[in-house]
Amino acid sequence: MARDLSYNAVMARRGEIMKKALGLEYDEFIQSDIAFDYEGMMEKTGYSPEEVRQIQQQSGVGNTPLLELKNITELVRKTSKKGYGARILLKDEAANPSGSFKDRRASVSVYHAKKLGYPGVLAATSGNYGAAVASQANMANLGCIVVQEVFDSRHVGQPEIIEKSRKCEAYGAEVIQLTVGPELFYVSLILLEETGYFNASLYSPFAISGVETLGYELVEQTRARYGKDPAYVVVTHAGGGNVTGTARGVRKAGAKSKIIGASVDLTGLHMASDHDFNRKSFTTGHTGFGVPFATWPDRADVPRNAARPLRYLDRYVLVTQGEVFYVTEALAQVEGLERGPAGNTSLAAAIALARELPEDEIVVVQETEYTGAGKHPQAQLDFAKRNGVKVIRDEPKQNVPGKVIAIPEHFSQLTFTEVDLDRMRTSYVRNAVTRSKVAKVTQEEVKFLAEDTNSSADFVVSVLETLGVQA
Amino acid sequence: MSNTCKKGEWVEIHYVVLTPEERSPDVPEDTKKVPLECWIKGWALTDGTVGEPVEIRTPANRTVKGTLTRVNPGYTHSFGPSVPELLYIGQELRAMLKEDE
Repeated sequence: MARDLSYNAVMARRGEIMKKALGLEYDEFIQSDIAFDYEGMMEKTGYSPEEVRQIQQQSGVGNTPLLELKNITELVRKTSKKGYGARILLKDEAANPSGSFKDRRASVSVYHAKKLGYPGVLAATSGNYGAAVASQANMANLGCIVVQEVFDSRHVGQPEIIEKSRKCEAYGAEVIQLTVGPELFYVSLILLEETGYFNASLYSPFAISGVETLGYELVEQTRARYGKDPAYVVVTHAGGGNVTGTARGVRKAGAKSKIIGASVDLTGLHMASDHDFNRKSFTTGHTGFGVPFATWPDRADVPRNAARPLRYLDRYVLVTQGEVFYVTEALAQVEGLERGPAGNTSLAAAIALARELPEDEIVVVQETEYTGAGKHPQAQLDFAKRNGVKVIRDEPKQNVPGKVIAIPEHFSQLTFTEVDLDRMRTSYVRNAVTRSKVAKVTQEEVKFLAEDTNSSADFVVSVLETLGVQA
Repeated sequence: MSNTCKKGEWVEIHYVVLTPEERSPDVPEDTKKVPLECWIKGWALTDGTVGEPVEIRTPANRTVKGTLTRVNPGYTHSFGPSVPELLYIGQELRAMLKEDE
């Protein structure tokens, strides 16, 4: 009998399809509608740091250089109060085979798919992860399909995403280019069912354990060269895997560095809107992913998301599109590193964050990404102008997502907006109880919610009270 | 660009995945008005003409049917023209680095 490919029928089969495509049983870790054994899942199904290192060594991933940004540090000190301005170090993740830290995530997923005998791997992503999976799949002799959200209904796509399609095709992957919409997931499910490929989800324990080495390495490198740990590790935050994996690695290396997430503020633009799609001049690293994935991680393409950023974020800060383009230009012009742009979100935040710290402290910016035609400030800003977005030189506060990109007039204007993490924690707890439709929450569940939001049982209980839910 | 393809040539096809009525109930109003569309590249299984149906073999070895849109599809994305708002940043920062404390 032919498969029923209607939207509702395929979505109804999602549990079964995902299970087959991941070869992973989540049931044993799920304790209730709200709680699950996160650490148990990571330990039992992920790979240890030693295993990941071995896997990554064999696929040319990791051990990227940690570069000291001497001139940018100097500019930070020139714009800080006397004695302040921490040293800024940059982990040059663009040195990975396909040009971003996403190779770390892909390497473990592809290794696992190969070990389990899958004929190929599928990734649903418009980001660097597609190229990473395609590149790793080639090394492992596996087939590869990448499903991307590329165009609006006029068949217009951002140059940055077109470049990401090209790169996947350069590796010989099959690229499915779609118009805007969350049904990308539906298309992926159909393809997984049809091909029997492995779901190289960004959110599986394999993918996240692959990022842990990044946190581990940056601590080891900082210690070896400077004899101390970073005060801050600044991480570009989108879906949550970068924050989660890096933070876990930093902690496993025994460092107490503050984990600070940074996103581009795109408040007001709807991620699934056909109209708003090309009003964004950033395709990742922004609040459109950063906020929903932090406040409800299990919206992902796996039964339980291994990327749980609220567990690890000490702070979360926002910067503007104009600031990121400015620092991308600065990185090329005074440090001789043409990288980004989206990966430089954390660098933009790190500059203002470094001003908070004395000169002898260290701030690590934990990624860069490759740049190229389309994936470049010039191409993205030109595209923005052609889509009616005004580009000016002015203070960051003049930025209006989708309407105005203000490129700072001076280095001293670089700043950030602090996000109230308690508000995000509150929103997470609200999502957890409304989605599971419970009227009462057990002690076990309160404990889980406190861990999952890096808060306390008292905090969770106080939020539940406001929601009229008994604890 | 040629308007026709020969069997075995690298082409791009297009098809509608979901009509507006078939889309997810969760999409915003503007997106709900338009179909979910798809473009895939592969090798033509027969000769074809742009605008007409054709079948392809994809890189992942699937057979997919759609409307032929491009023959030997390439890329036209670029670095774009110079952006004046970025052009002076390098000079400004170098000047700052030369200033005394």
